[in-house]
Amino acid sequence: MMIATQSRLATSAPDHATPLLEVAGLIKHFPIKSGLFGRPSAVVRAVDDISFTVVEGETLGIVGESGCGKSTTARLLMHLIAADAGTIRLSGKTAGTSELPMKTYRSRVQMVFQDSYASLNPRMTIEDSIAYGPGVHGMAGDEAARRARRLLDRVGLDPKRFAGRYPHELSGGQRQRVNIARALALQPKLLILDEAVSALDKSIEAQVLNLLLDLKDEFGLTYIFISHDLEVVRFMANRVMVMYLGRVAEIGPANALYKASRHPYSTALLGSMLSMDPDHRTERAPLTGDPPNPINPPSGCRFHPRCTFAEPVCSTTVPVLAAAGNDHWAACHMAMLASGHSNAKDTAV
Amino acid sequence: MTEISPSGQAKPILDIDNLSVTFTGGSKTVRAVDGVDLKLNRGEVVALLGESGSGKSVTLRSILRLHDEKKTRLTGRIDVGGVDVMKLEGPALYAFRGKTVSMIFQEPMLAMDPVYTVGQQIVEAICKHEPVSKAEARRRAFALFERVRIPSPDRRLDAYPHEMSGGMRQRAMIALALACHPQILLADEPTTALDATVQVQILLLLRELQRELGLSMIFVTHDISVGVEVADRIAVMYAGRIVEAGSVRDVIRTPRHPYTIGLLSTRTAHGGLSGKRLLSIPGSPPDVSNLPPGCTFAPRCAFVQDQCRVTAPPLVALKPSHSVRCHRTDATVGGLAALAAVTQ
Repeated sequence: MMIATQSRLATSAPDHATPLLEVAGLIKHFPIKSGLFGRPSAVVRAVDDISFTVVEGETLGIVGESGCGKSTTARLLMHLIAADAGTIRLSGKTAGTSELPMKTYRSRVQMVFQDSYASLNPRMTIEDSIAYGPGVHGMAGDEAARRARRLLDRVGLDPKRFAGRYPHELSGGQRQRVNIARALALQPKLLILDEAVSALDKSIEAQVLNLLLDLKDEFGLTYIFISHDLEVVRFMANRVMVMYLGRVAEIGPANALYKASRHPYSTALLGSMLSMDPDHRTERAPLTGDPPNPINPPSGCRFHPRCTFAEPVCSTTVPVLAAAGNDHWAACHMAMLASGHSNAKDTAV
Repeated sequence: MTEISPSGQAKPILDIDNLSVTFTGGSKTVRAVDGVDLKLNRGEVVALLGESGSGKSVTLRSILRLHDEKKTRLTGRIDVGGVDVMKLEGPALYAFRGKTVSMIFQEPMLAMDPVYTVGQQIVEAICKHEPVSKAEARRRAFALFERVRIPSPDRRLDAYPHEMSGGMRQRAMIALALACHPQILLADEPTTALDATVQVQILLLLRELQRELGLSMIFVTHDISVGVEVADRIAVMYAGRIVEAGSVRDVIRTPRHPYTIGLLSTRTAHGGLSGKRLLSIPGSPPDVSNLPPGCTFAPRCAFVQDQCRVTAPPLVALKPSHSVRCHRTDATVGGLAALAAVTQ
């Protein structure tokens, strides 16, 4: 019952703008097989009922620590792995049905991965890699090659010098530009950037972030920007979604969330950002211990064993996403009306 | 770069003088470190900051002579408490490693032996260096685990590295590095692979241990905010050379090398200016096997003049605690504002 409530609330969140992507009740559990007959002995609840929308033209940042399910979410959105449950709707059409076949869906949603080398075929020139997608979707070879060269030029790699090169002949930053060009080759609406700048040096990272901002304006793109780097997400995102152990802890406008987060986990995560001020160094770590394993997550609120505000209700009842401000939602009993937590609000915002 | 150490102090515990490291194993010889001078005072933490290929880790590893001797040419002097590290051979070198100078790495999973428990590895390290019984060494390992705040230390000593979480493994490696009471701790990006909430815990632990044990530390990192959090001084490396060095406050608040200014501008622009274009450093770091003449940063520098492309810049001491290797220190007085002005 609680699960259904969480889905409904989250999808209805940004109802003032056109949703490009609507995700409802997405679930992915990985069974761990062991023993002689490979029977599942445990289940990793990588993504456990998450729902959110992405508005056309915005950048939704997804943050969280290892094991929170942010990369699994990206892979589910690309349908690189099949979801156990949940629906994905793009511009109002459900992906994987006759109104939006998976092949069409995939041409509208593209992804850039963290490892720029592993995501390119080492035996193909970069021009062929970029032209491959359009070819699969029925574009003539010479036209696809022309588009590849145009895109290479657009991402700042001179086609005359680079088109015939192989991935190993490029630097990390150049390869990531190729991956961005390839993702754009099918003229997608939505680009999923999964730690796309995380492996780059800082000076190169800034160049690629600038490029992403330019491309977004030029091609009218919408981004899902996944990163462990809270600074970069703050710079890129309009709205931010914080994930913890496979669930959405908080989702809201980037500025509001960074200034006044409403979920204690978001507060701790943001409190872990280093100050860059030698006179105000961090004195206390906001959390102790490592993020727990998503196998057998804690009951109730999954954050309750590490939460300083935890009360009995937190270990028994799963919190739903509750309104915590304008277009701002937090899955915390303290943000819910009459939840039974002593800090819970008794009037609506 | 004697300026890097505040003058009038006691003899530094570590003195690197004109260190160059050339790798000769590949088809091309690569000069990864080119004339680095660095002093580390007793009880001081120096952050060595740089991007991949800048030579920061190579410098660090040279202090323990970890490079393959057949494929590496080391020149210059490394002096640790009066001992000439370059001349150490055989048993003297083994005794030096771990006992006088010890090191922690980015990935403890690769640095530790997967087929021995963490406890066995610490006991072995202690017994190698000191004439103590295994039982005594085990007692010390237990105390170390308590010190680095590993919960239920007795059980954890019998765990294999893969049975621990990332943060726990890093704590165990710190315990291993401190097992023989080293005077100098070298840290090679020890928090880079960790989540944000765990990174803070490890940084605070290292800072606390450093203070309580009076350790001298060199902390290699690519993340300037990590340097600010732990270090007394920062030395910025680019293409095998230290291009700027000074107290943390000097380097963060009044950076004078165009590269340092560029690095800081990519960072501080976040937050306040979200959605606006970042002031980025154009181009990419040079190939260290084929460095440009003159200043190695010149091809990417917004302040570049003809002279920069011809002559390598000298070391300019702005004050005793702050020095820069740049021809254009007159133009970089304004720091970030100066960079913004020339790039508009």
